[in-house]
Amino acid sequence: MSRQEILQNIQIENNIDLVKARQVVRTIAKDLNFNIVNQTKLITAVSELTRNVLIYSGKGKIVIELLETDINKGLRITVTDDGPGIPDIDLAITDGYSTSKGLGKGLSGTKRLMDDFSIQSEVGKGTEVVIIKWMDPSKL
Amino acid sequence: MSQKIPIVKINENLIVPFISDIDDRSALELQSELLQRIFDSKITGVLIDLTILDMVDSFLGRLISDIALSSSILDANTVVVGIQPAVAITLVELGLELEGTFSALNMEEGIKVINELRRSRYDFGDIDE
Repeated sequence: MSRQEILQNIQIENNIDLVKARQVVRTIAKDLNFNIVNQTKLITAVSELTRNVLIYSGKGKIVIELLETDINKGLRITVTDDGPGIPDIDLAITDGYSTSKGLGKGLSGTKRLMDDFSIQSEVGKGTEVVIIKWMDPSKL
Repeated sequence: MSQKIPIVKINENLIVPFISDIDDRSALELQSELLQRIFDSKITGVLIDLTILDMVDSFLGRLISDIALSSSILDANTVVVGIQPAVAITLVELGLELEGTFSALNMEEGIKVINELRRSRYDFGDIDE
């Protein structure tokens, strides 16, 4: 049995929203008692994805959901924009690849920090990235 | 929400304590102000205190590395102090190396490192101190 509940919606439009997004995730992860390393990974992952939205699209949104099974809890975070989209997703998640001035660690790095990472994108329509972090990844 | 990060001069050093999370624009402003201060005040050591940060993402990691590499061209060394263990773990998984920086566990150790680096700049005589 798995339940889900939306905890928070965040609009991303500017630089300050990025700080706010980190703050919201920080609070939620702490309240749920994620350990300190996973709190840091969640905040960092959201920061990377939110910045991508600002760089490539200018605006977008974040939906944070609580996932609950009988033996585990997790956070599912969906970051979407209606920007230009990504023509080659495999290339975009390659370490070191970047079309901006970044290091090319954003997407590939985020993937490594999470238990689950998926990305869907359509050129001209936008991009959706979904990440999941479980409190106990051994009990899925 | 994000406060301005102070830059404190002590002798030939600049201390930069991150006192809160910082937005990208403020971080870029901090970078240029810091490098100008290094140049204007003949600074030879920069100590960046990240004790309070629970996150260093690829943007901030790159910014700190850029500060260190530029400072080094201006003949100043950069020591990063106070990185939390969880932040260190995350940085490594992200694949960031904070290139160009030296590290110390805390400010006290950081000052020792910066003094040692300053001493080792001069091989002949004791020009400094």
